[in-house]
Amino acid sequence: MVFPKPPSESDLFLHSNFASRYVTDSLPRWCMPENSMPKEAAYQNIHDELQLDAIPKLNLASFVTTSMEEECNKLIMESINKNYVDMDEYPATTDLHNRCVNMIARLFHAEVGENENAIGAGTVGSSEAIMLAGLAFKKKWQNKRKAEGKPYDKPNLVTGSNVQVCWEKFARYFEVELREVEVREGYYVMDPAKAVELVDENTICVAAILGSTYNGEFEDVKLLNDLLLEKNKQTGWDTPIHVDAASGGFIAPFLYPELEWDFRLPLVKSINVSGHKYGLVYAGIGWVIWRTKDDLPEDLVFHINYLGADQPTFTLNFSKGSSQIIAQYYQLIRFGQEGYRSIMENCRENAMVLKEHLEKSGRFHIVSKDEGVPVVAFSLKDRREFDEYKISEMLRRHGWIVPAYPMPPAAQHINVLRVVIRAEFSRTLAERLVFDIHNVLHELEKEHPRKVIKNIEEENKGLVDNIGVNNTHTALDAHREIIAQESNKRQKIMAA
Amino acid sequence: MVITSTVTHPDEQRESLCSTFASRYVRDPIPRFKMPENSTPKDAAYQIINDELMLDGTPRLNLASFVTTWMEPECEKLIMASLNKNYVDMDEYPVTTELQNRCVNIIANLFHAPINEDETAVGVGTVGSSEAIMLAGLAFKRKWQTKRKAEGKPYDKPNIVTGANVQVCWEKFARYFEVELKEVKLTDGYYVMDPVKAVEMVDENTICVAAILGSTMTGEFEDVKLLNELLTKKNSETGWDTPIHVDAASGGFIAPFLYPDLEWDFRLPLVKSINVSGHKYGLVYPGVGWVVWRSKDDLPDELVFHINYLGSDQPTFTLNFSKGSSQIIAQYYQFIRLGFEGYKKIMENCMENTRILKERLERTGRFNIISKDIGVPLLAFSLKDNSQHTVFEISDQLRKFGWIVPAYTMPPDAEHVAVLRVVIREDFSRSLAERLAHDIEKAVKLLDILPSALSTRAAHVTAITSETSEKDKKSALEIQKEVALYWKRLVDGKKLGAC
Repeated sequence: MVFPKPPSESDLFLHSNFASRYVTDSLPRWCMPENSMPKEAAYQNIHDELQLDAIPKLNLASFVTTSMEEECNKLIMESINKNYVDMDEYPATTDLHNRCVNMIARLFHAEVGENENAIGAGTVGSSEAIMLAGLAFKKKWQNKRKAEGKPYDKPNLVTGSNVQVCWEKFARYFEVELREVEVREGYYVMDPAKAVELVDENTICVAAILGSTYNGEFEDVKLLNDLLLEKNKQTGWDTPIHVDAASGGFIAPFLYPELEWDFRLPLVKSINVSGHKYGLVYAGIGWVIWRTKDDLPEDLVFHINYLGADQPTFTLNFSKGSSQIIAQYYQLIRFGQEGYRSIMENCRENAMVLKEHLEKSGRFHIVSKDEGVPVVAFSLKDRREFDEYKISEMLRRHGWIVPAYPMPPAAQHINVLRVVIRAEFSRTLAERLVFDIHNVLHELEKEHPRKVIKNIEEENKGLVDNIGVNNTHTALDAHREIIAQESNKRQKIMAA
Repeated sequence: MVITSTVTHPDEQRESLCSTFASRYVRDPIPRFKMPENSTPKDAAYQIINDELMLDGTPRLNLASFVTTWMEPECEKLIMASLNKNYVDMDEYPVTTELQNRCVNIIANLFHAPINEDETAVGVGTVGSSEAIMLAGLAFKRKWQTKRKAEGKPYDKPNIVTGANVQVCWEKFARYFEVELKEVKLTDGYYVMDPVKAVEMVDENTICVAAILGSTMTGEFEDVKLLNELLTKKNSETGWDTPIHVDAASGGFIAPFLYPDLEWDFRLPLVKSINVSGHKYGLVYPGVGWVVWRSKDDLPDELVFHINYLGSDQPTFTLNFSKGSSQIIAQYYQFIRLGFEGYKKIMENCMENTRILKERLERTGRFNIISKDIGVPLLAFSLKDNSQHTVFEISDQLRKFGWIVPAYTMPPDAEHVAVLRVVIREDFSRSLAERLAHDIEKAVKLLDILPSALSTRAAHVTAITSETSEKDKKSALEIQKEVALYWKRLVDGKKLGAC
């Protein structure tokens, strides 16, 4: 333990953090400082700077969990110093990991016996999970081609252009060609028919997404399975499917249990899901599950054998914290299926509330579907005076982070705003957000008065309407003016 | 937030039995295979898990690991407060991103990266040295491939040269990224990579030579300077331009403070990238590593993804995407809290405690000290006399006293040597060192009394050999190898536990 440097004479008088010299020295950016500083000062300085980060709970851009129960926080802090990979030293933690894998595998209807251990692994997130799954497909395909005496140097993967960036990373880092099915206006996910057309003998797998990042939609995995089965029969290529259920994996089993998207479909060989999205755990945990032992080539697995029990490991990361794994187990037994169902139903309900209010305003197209991940993606009907980016920027000033993105190729001309409804996004917050969106629209309209005109009649009608509005200064208008003034004040302070 | 289920169980209705241990949850079997249908009250869930975790080892008594097991409460406060920040949301958490960048700069400067005064260093925070090594290896592979393509030569058989003492993540890298691993075998008494032999193995397909600063087995520093000199010479003869990567997972936060004159980092021209574990002697809880490149040219741009969130460009090159921010903030805390003098003091304390432990063990007269004085503060020791008992038995005895001190066999070609290894971390105080020494002495004495589990086996082996012809008589060394192999099978593949 470090003993702090003896304080200078002047510091002795002023033990307060903010009276010490450490608040006048700037924090080091380039080089390690020569001397130590008292721990209170270190804490205070960093804590203060971090206040300029956004508030995680108001970050509506992210699917990742931002709130957990106190009991779980206790468990997390207690296990923060346990290095997960020391399986020999922490057998109970390892057991919890295995239980999570078993539970999630059975949730996805994996082909595994009652007391049999499922094949899967905990990862740091869906990125690692996808890389492991992709690696397994690549190795399996290579082994098959080698056995057939055919070339195996040009593997490719078929997926939609709405795919998350980690698939592009996988393709680039592991030297697999990425074949993307382009989306189109009105159909923002991968078209199974087009995907199957792109499959050839070098395709290691087709990746379908359950819960597209852009609008939360579920891709039609069943249709993909049926079409691919047919093609496989014709060609004999045996191309498998991977389902990227990063967000949808903890939604579908609870809200849409009849939807067949998982191992119930014979061609689905592996699935990944993010524990830190609707698995309801803080950032840093994902899961990948394989259908059976055969779907994970043995030569990729490293075996640890201690005291008889075989622990196969196949992860990219080695040392990492145990906290999130324990937290995932806590959530699974704390909530159970009924708890998760209840939470997801709440999310869907709040998403509907938000969606209905936005529709009622008449200003937005709703781009997300009702069935899918609880996300509301919407675009402006009229973008002539201001666009979605402007709305996003204005919402920031109210404290909300609502991102605006272009849709994937070939629908990049469509921009959307997207609100992710997480477990902690209550009805109250939903209504408040709606209120603030209306305020923002109002503010923007004042800056850019609407010229909604299509023909003379409408123009006249519009003028009358405007006059009407201007003459009746409602309470709502007064309220809005106050808010606008406050907002301007805030802007001036921030700009200073 | 979930409103707890309205279905009340008879137990919960009775207010007199609000105690966790009075409820039915301590009687119901724990779910292991299937997600339970119903919820559990949060205090019961907490208690159930907490109780099971009591059976885990005590992290601070885990002397097998280099990974930090104690941090100051102020830092834990910061960690707690940032648990819910997803690091990858760089636009939403700009300060956290800035702290990462500051850490990269600080570490790059610590390693004498050739960067100008206010230029930003090229590097990234990772989840650990495994990810860091994979990124570094990927950069080397891509750079080599590009060069070979430009020369019109084949680029399908890349290889990497390293010592057999290398940590398992190099083997993972080789297997997953389809690079051949050429290992320089060790010899009895020389447990690190021999630079001369390494350079001999280099050919036109070698993407880099990886040297280790702080070998997992013995804590020794490999002679990077000599490697650099020999490789420079070979490069000038062949024109291949083979670079060096230094795996400084444990040594990277030791050498700059204890051995500042030791040239192992970017001061050597052929060193192009270095990785270090923030969670080892960087003094942070598990989950953070760092990789730094010499310059922009050493990181091929095509591997870098650019995220454009509302205008600002943030280049990213990591295998993991979403992850917690806590450890990165904790790393920055340690840098400014301790500063250069703080880290130096801590490392000096570690070395002093290592020395104390070493002297006590030498005094018993029963052990050979395998680890060197210069290196990472750890103690690796073997038994002088292996005939009656092995280090594996000592390890077992120490477990009973509460200590986790692992026993390993050395990598090829020194598998007949088995060692016990104690890692001296920041929180391993003098009093703990003396207690451990006392317990080791006790363990040895206990084993002296116990009959040898080995003698029967050794007898069996001798019996067999006496049946065979004189020519087949095994040497003492061979018997020793067989015995070690028997114990090795019990802890097969234990190389993964060495971290």
